[in-house]
Amino acid sequence: MRLFCGPLAALTFWGWQIVIVLAAITLPLGITSSKEYAELEWPIDVLITLVWVSYAIVFFGTIAKRKTPHIYVANWFFGAYILTVALLHLVNSAAVPVSWMGWKSYSAYAGVQDAMVQWWYGHNAVGFFLTAGFLGMMYYFVPKQAGRPVYSYRLSVVHFWALIFTYMWAGPHHLHYTALPDWTQSLGMVFSLILLAPSWGGMINGIMTLSGAWHKLRTDPILKFLIVSLSFYGMSTFEGPMMSIKTVNALSHYTDWTVGHVHSGALGWVAFISIGSIYYLIPRMFGKTEMWSTRLITAHFWIATIGVVLYIAAMWIAGVMQGLMWRATNPDGTLTYAFVESVKATYPFYTIRLVGGLLFLTGMLIMAYNVIRTVAGGKAYEAPIPLGAAAHA
Amino acid sequence: MSDFTSGFWNVWVIAITLGGIAFCGWILLGQSKSKTLPEAGEAVESTGHVWDEDLRELNNPLPKWWSNLFWITIVFSLVYLALYPGLGTTKGVLGWTSVGQYEKERSEVDARVKPLYDKFLAMELPAVAADPEARGMGERIFLNNCAQCHGSDAGGARGFPNLRDGDWLYGGAPEKIIETVTGGRMGVMPAMGAVLGEQGTKDTAAYVRSLSGLPHDPLRAQLGKPMFEQNCAACHGADGKGNQMLGAPNLTDGTWLFGSSEASIIEGITKGRNVNVSEGTLAMPTFKETLGPEKIHLVAAYVWGLSNKPAK
Repeated sequence: MRLFCGPLAALTFWGWQIVIVLAAITLPLGITSSKEYAELEWPIDVLITLVWVSYAIVFFGTIAKRKTPHIYVANWFFGAYILTVALLHLVNSAAVPVSWMGWKSYSAYAGVQDAMVQWWYGHNAVGFFLTAGFLGMMYYFVPKQAGRPVYSYRLSVVHFWALIFTYMWAGPHHLHYTALPDWTQSLGMVFSLILLAPSWGGMINGIMTLSGAWHKLRTDPILKFLIVSLSFYGMSTFEGPMMSIKTVNALSHYTDWTVGHVHSGALGWVAFISIGSIYYLIPRMFGKTEMWSTRLITAHFWIATIGVVLYIAAMWIAGVMQGLMWRATNPDGTLTYAFVESVKATYPFYTIRLVGGLLFLTGMLIMAYNVIRTVAGGKAYEAPIPLGAAAHA
Repeated sequence: MSDFTSGFWNVWVIAITLGGIAFCGWILLGQSKSKTLPEAGEAVESTGHVWDEDLRELNNPLPKWWSNLFWITIVFSLVYLALYPGLGTTKGVLGWTSVGQYEKERSEVDARVKPLYDKFLAMELPAVAADPEARGMGERIFLNNCAQCHGSDAGGARGFPNLRDGDWLYGGAPEKIIETVTGGRMGVMPAMGAVLGEQGTKDTAAYVRSLSGLPHDPLRAQLGKPMFEQNCAACHGADGKGNQMLGAPNLTDGTWLFGSSEASIIEGITKGRNVNVSEGTLAMPTFKETLGPEKIHLVAAYVWGLSNKPAK
């Protein structure tokens, strides 16, 4: 079956590319709304909205005219992600432009409400863009690459509904011990804790899909990427609830621990699942049976894994150290360290972080080479479109 | 002040919070008690759905440890919300607030260190500056509150005074330093460009440079002198030696807050300083609330000691 309203899919693709180009131009020029993860100014926000609406029309239109009676779990996650990101983007980017001809605008919210809306948006950008969207990818590529059925339909029902419901509440944990009212902070904390099990549900469902096919992990580096990404996902989603506890947050907040946490998600989970998925897709798109070199995929896997581990371990140690230095006091009540001393002490860990990041980048260059060699030898492949009758055996 | 504009929102928050947690419990319970639990040894059934040729789903029961983990977080949350503020305006059994926690911790430390601070507060600034322990405390207060602008060596930066050179905008006597740290300062140099005109500004700048013996055009300086006396002398003094009552800098001593170049002086005269914050500010914030008199006494002694020989 073809996509609903195919030309809109092209619009989504090119529109999104234009958004990225505009971001790369406007941000270095200092044109920013100064909202974290939502820096782009209002004209680009309007473009994002158009792109996103086209995306939603294509997606939900295709779901509506599907030939299979059931909607696959991957598409539950994609649906939730598309709807929620639209909601988040519209609410958080609400702003009053200074003039119709200029870039500058001011947020529709003020003070602590602005902070709350921003982190409601910010945490759900992580929860729905980087978690739900990529869980959707996971639910397709893990069973495909492993050649095994998904472990538990029932588990996917529980963890899907609990995850999308609970994520919505987690934002206030970014604002512990601030002007945000105590009750709001508490709600952010308890729902972040409840989020642990629903998050892990996805990890269990992905990893247990390998039951009966564990041996494939030894030889298949694509599966290694997919399964290690789920391990990083599980680790990050354990760390997140822990860091949302007020007393832990009092130490971790504003430090590089947060940076480490974000990168174990961004590099370990989001990037690894994407890399595995792309390795699965590329040969199929270009009429090949496999990538040009499996050994290069293996090399990429190990180099990237070491890079991520160095990166996040350096940030953990740096973050805990910073937190301890900032709160250290002398018997006379004065702070033991000036801020700049904590910056100086962090220097070696920034070096390790740089090495980790460079290793990760090296892996991506290896991947680029492998992809180019794979594509170079093949020609674009017209995928057969399974018709309704064949789709439901 | 209440966080809510009406009592409805309080009920709303409580309802969706408890309703949400109940929803999590309900969906977990519903899927745990499913009829399709396999018997021991029986193969796990598939849902029978197939997508994209070979995507299938098994229907394994929820892992027991996972369900238990879920229940533990749900129970913990309910207990936490009973003990701490969370359900709207409900205070929680423990009566905890973040402000209360802060004030308690702070008052404990304050009570513990009070005798030490009181001892130094009763001493004259030069004597405090001579005490190594007090100097250490003052330095740490300085590094965490003042170094951001004045530098960790107190050497200052463009627009931020050097505190070690013995040159003072508002006076370097102990009580003056305490006054500056306590109340802050808001120096303003008005923009004189419109009054003096372009040539007049250049002439005045040449005269200003002549005051500290910097190279200058003597003809322009001669023309600038009456302009200076008419427009600048009210604050900077007829002799250009400044006025510490107003924070007007001494222009004869070779110390420059914004640099001694002709361009910088012309800019200062034309646009003024601290007229537009985005072009640099002469504002020193107040530390009255942040530090309080005891810590201000210590940090003032430290700053005083940077340019004075502490006497026993």
